[in-house]
Amino acid sequence: MLFLMKRLFIYFTFLTILVISCKKLTPKLPEDHQILEGPIKGLTAAEQDQFLKGDIGFGAVFTPQNGLGPIFVANSCASCHAGDGKGHPFTTLTRFGQTDSTGNQFVQLGGPQLQNRAIPGYSPEIIPSGATSSKILPPANTGLGYLDAVSDQDLLLMSDPNDADADGISGVPNWVNVPAYCQFRANAISMNGKHMARFGKKGAAYDLIQQTANAYNQDMGINSTYESIDTYRKQPVEPEVSNTTLQNVVFYLKTLKAPVQRNANDADVIAGKQIFMSTGCDKCHRAELKTGSSPIKVLSNITFHPYTDLLLHDMGPALDDNYTEGSAKTSEWKTPALWGLGLSKKSQGGSYFLMHDGRAHSIDEAIQLHGGEALQIRLAYGNLSMTERDQLLKFLESL
Amino acid sequence: MKNILIIFSLLALNLNSQSDSSKIKRAPTDTSKMLLNMDAVYNRPFLQYGKIPVALGGYMEANTNYAVTDGITEGLSFQMRRMTLFVSSSIHRKIKFLSEIEFEDGTKEINIEFAALDFQLHHLVNFRGGIIMNPIGGFNQNHDGPRWEFIDRPISATQLLPATFSNVGFGFYGKTYQPKYVWAYELYLTNGWNDRIIGNSQNKTYLPATKLDPERFEESFNGVPMTNAKTSLRFKGIGEIGLSYMGGVYNKFQDDGLTFDKKRRADVFAVDFNTSLRTKTNITAEFAWTFIDVPDTYTQQYGKKQHGGFIDIVQPLIKRPMFGFEKASFNIAMRAEYVDWNVGTFNETGGNIADDIFSIVPAISFRTSSQTVIRLNYRYQWQKDLLGNPASRTAAIQFGISSYF
Repeated sequence: MLFLMKRLFIYFTFLTILVISCKKLTPKLPEDHQILEGPIKGLTAAEQDQFLKGDIGFGAVFTPQNGLGPIFVANSCASCHAGDGKGHPFTTLTRFGQTDSTGNQFVQLGGPQLQNRAIPGYSPEIIPSGATSSKILPPANTGLGYLDAVSDQDLLLMSDPNDADADGISGVPNWVNVPAYCQFRANAISMNGKHMARFGKKGAAYDLIQQTANAYNQDMGINSTYESIDTYRKQPVEPEVSNTTLQNVVFYLKTLKAPVQRNANDADVIAGKQIFMSTGCDKCHRAELKTGSSPIKVLSNITFHPYTDLLLHDMGPALDDNYTEGSAKTSEWKTPALWGLGLSKKSQGGSYFLMHDGRAHSIDEAIQLHGGEALQIRLAYGNLSMTERDQLLKFLESL
Repeated sequence: MKNILIIFSLLALNLNSQSDSSKIKRAPTDTSKMLLNMDAVYNRPFLQYGKIPVALGGYMEANTNYAVTDGITEGLSFQMRRMTLFVSSSIHRKIKFLSEIEFEDGTKEINIEFAALDFQLHHLVNFRGGIIMNPIGGFNQNHDGPRWEFIDRPISATQLLPATFSNVGFGFYGKTYQPKYVWAYELYLTNGWNDRIIGNSQNKTYLPATKLDPERFEESFNGVPMTNAKTSLRFKGIGEIGLSYMGGVYNKFQDDGLTFDKKRRADVFAVDFNTSLRTKTNITAEFAWTFIDVPDTYTQQYGKKQHGGFIDIVQPLIKRPMFGFEKASFNIAMRAEYVDWNVGTFNETGGNIADDIFSIVPAISFRTSSQTVIRLNYRYQWQKDLLGNPASRTAAIQFGISSYF
């Protein structure tokens, strides 16, 4: 009996150690503020289910067997947006063929995007003679649903096309022709049949359906009912991704959480935020926006902090690549959201690749590259003391 | 496949219907000579009935799995990894047949891993034909679950090299025994790769994806045979070292008389080593290098060079009769393994392409005999994506059993 009791004791001790080990010897879930990935809190069960399906679609790998290419840039959404963050120069997108608002003159020669890779046996595209081009780094995905849900009225209120307040900052929407498959937002504003777009580095995509359908088509050579013209054959072809999958990916993008600020109560971070405001950075990188009504309840009527105004600004000749989209001038770029900036390195292989083409390798360098409407603010940054600069940079890294 | 199951069932029924169970004998495994990894295919515990020239055998593996990746777990699972059935037959004193049929994850995958006829012409010249286990590395040749203290097969043997990769082909092998060493060679031509190795859901150059082609036992993907060569040398008291090569064209460069592309090759080199120290410590190691001619215009996601390997150290602690098992032993073990699926640098930045994995697996095992093992493994693994972002960390606790039958 004693022998049996001893054995049972050893057995249960062993099992207890095993159970404790399962908890102690396994990696912990990263805190929300440590990573960009993850859904918005408060989604319903059905919404979470669609988020997961979208996540699978986002990670799906395309191969020559299931539709990749034949010419392409990347073979999955996740290839360009590792960890849902900014892209890496390895998947830089090259756009060409448009220099003004009259549209892309090189569509029949492969525009607007260069498919610089090809499946075996095919040749990738080259930029046609006479076309100007710009390199564009894939943007981060986080918080896109919030940006999508800001009303057109709010964007228009921030715009100042004629610089009426004489602060040197104008800010204009990109007016575009919206594809028939997009649904207009509630109270959408139009001008001469064009609507205000907000996604992409030039802010030329109206919504996330257009952005996503274009990415499938132009980045991966995957056709859908939304974008059915094959990039290689220049003809409509059968869809290679279903509407359901594409809609699930759009839902995934809409419901990715907004990046969570770190060290918000740090004295230097607080001081840095004050410097950010006082030097006028927030005139374009707006700290606070509000969503309107959204079919996704957790996105409705929310105040959030993206540090963008979603408008176009002239960034000066150094950032003018002589390429554009929609009604934007070639020197105009949409203000990028700064949220998640400090976590960018974790999705870019440990280094910063900032500005539209990744040419800046530090936040300081990115600020120094600001020109045009931002010239005065860059000069103000140059006049800051080293301590103030450090505080500003700490604030930006906390985002 | 249905026919094979029927044959097995009939044989089993036949055995069950016999009243004289003393006629069922376990064919002794060969312990008289210095054995090599290549001998593992025949050196298994077979059951033989009377003087029927057919012997049966097999093994099974089952385990629990509790894994956590970056704090997220799918909970506890029970897995039936595989059940493998062997049939061997001596058709003639110099002609042997062996087949190995494997059921993985229940019946999710059913494969004929080996089904070959061996003709002994000379001890240095044996002709082999049929479905041949490509002799790359040591693990591929000697992979039976009960022989290992680890539940998972080595990553380098399953996700860099294709584990238990077999193809239809013909070739020769031979061995020579000397007092202090044994030397052997194998040389086969078989069907080979296909283009799934650079077009697969793993999003990396992945040689095991070639196994997904269901037609590889029926016809060659591109009509160019794969060359397989291995030489092994075991010195008495030192250990066995094997050098192996497997290579061939992987793309369909032409079809119906039309040429689409140049011939693109995938070549694999491996070195394997195993030894037993005086302390009864067993060391098994393998390292492999792959070279793949990926078109420059394809994505860098698919690497042109890869490498990886593993080392297992197994130390018996107690070896004596335990719990009624005469040849029981209690062992501790450790595996360290590493694979880099994309050796190189980015064209755009010159920075390192990561896409690598490193893991350590401490283990304890209880063997009732050399043929049956109960094992407990703990795995901790760091995996980096292509860009080298912070590693995804996985820990797994596994308990399993494996036995020949």
